[in-house]
Amino acid sequence: MAYPAQSGFRQRKLQPKMRMRTTSTDGAEPSPLFEDTSAGPGAAGYSRGQDKGPGAYPAQTLLSDPMSNLAMAYGSSLASQGKEMVDKNLDRFIPISKLKYYFAVDTIYVGKKLGLLVFPYMHENWEVSYQQDTPVAPRFDINAPDLYIPVMGFITYVLVAGLALGTQNRFTPEILGMQASSALVWLIIEVLATLLSLYLVTVNTDLTTIDLVAFSGYKYVGMIVGVVAGLLFGRTGYYLTLLWCCVSIFVFMIRTLRLKILSEAAAEGVLVRGAKNQLRMYLTMSIAAAQPIFMYWLTFHLVR
Amino acid sequence: MAFTLYALIQAVILGVNAVAVLHEERFLSKIGWSVDQNVGGFGEEPGIKIQLINLVRSVRTVMRVPLIAVNAVCIVLLLLFG
Repeated sequence: MAYPAQSGFRQRKLQPKMRMRTTSTDGAEPSPLFEDTSAGPGAAGYSRGQDKGPGAYPAQTLLSDPMSNLAMAYGSSLASQGKEMVDKNLDRFIPISKLKYYFAVDTIYVGKKLGLLVFPYMHENWEVSYQQDTPVAPRFDINAPDLYIPVMGFITYVLVAGLALGTQNRFTPEILGMQASSALVWLIIEVLATLLSLYLVTVNTDLTTIDLVAFSGYKYVGMIVGVVAGLLFGRTGYYLTLLWCCVSIFVFMIRTLRLKILSEAAAEGVLVRGAKNQLRMYLTMSIAAAQPIFMYWLTFHLVR
Repeated sequence: MAFTLYALIQAVILGVNAVAVLHEERFLSKIGWSVDQNVGGFGEEPGIKIQLINLVRSVRTVMRVPLIAVNAVCIVLLLLFG
C-alpha cells in the first residue's frame, strides 16, 4: 500500500521541478540578473484578453459600433489602472520583486542544492557570488539561498506526514491542517528567535529575513528523507537517516552562516577581539544546532 | 505540540503585553536596567544588556497605543467566543 502512494508523491515532488523548468526556459529575453518570466507574458496577455473577449462575439456590428468601441477602450484602461494600483499597494506590504529573486531557480540548481543539503562535505567554495553589489540569482550560483526548495519541502513534508499517519491508521483530514500550522508556527518562532539573537549580538550582515526563512526551510528536506526511510525501513532506518541528515544540515548551516556572520568582523578591519568573535561563533553554532532539534521534534511522532 | 497560528498570536500578544508593562522609573531602575545607568562608551560596540534595554524601550514606545486596540479586540473576542 505504501509503494504506489510513494510513487504518487514522488511524482508530485518531481512535477513542480518540471513545471518550473518549462516556465523558465520559454521566458522573455534575459535581463541582467534573471529572467523575469512572470510579468512579461502575463501583462501582454491580459490586455489582449480584454480586447478579444467582447470582440470574439459573432456580431461584427459590435466592433463597428463606435459607442461600444469607446466603452471597450475605457473598460480596458480602467482595468489596467486598477491592476497597477493593486500591484503598487501590494508591493508596499509584500516585497514581490524581492521575492521573485528567490524563485529564480532551475532544475540543475535544485538538483545540486538538494545534493548539497544531504552531502555538504565535498563542496569547497561556499561564498555567494555578487554581480555589481547585488547577489547573483540562484540559477547561476549554487550558494545563493532560494525559497523554492523550502516551500516545496514544506508542502511535501505535510503530505508525507499525512502518508505516514495514514499507514498507522491515524489519519483524519484535519491532521493535515494541524501539521501544516504546527510546522509553520515552529518556523516563525525559529525565524523570530534568530532575528532577535542577531539583533542582540549586533552583527552587521546582509542576511535578510527572507534569507533566514530560506535557511530555516532547508531542514524540511532532511525531515522528508528521514520519514520516508522510516516508512520503508522501520525505526532503525528512520534513526540512521535522520542522524545522517542532522549532521549534514548542521555542517551545511555552519559553513553557510560562518561566511555571513563571522566574516564581517574581519572584513570591516576591526581588531578581531576574541570575546566578540567567540560570541558570534556561539551564535552560529546555536542556530545550526537548533536545526537537528527541530528536525527530530517535528518528525518523531510520525514514525512508530 | 499541536500548535495553531491562533496560539502563536495569543503568545505574542501576551509577551508584548508583558514587555509593555515594565515601567522605566519604578521598576527597571531598581534592577539597574535603565538607560542612564548603562551609558556605553561612544564608538564601542554595545553589549547585549544595552541592546536588550534599547529593545525594551523601543517596544514600549512603539507598541503602547496599538496594544490598547489589540487588547480591546482580544477581550471582546474572548468574551463573545470563549
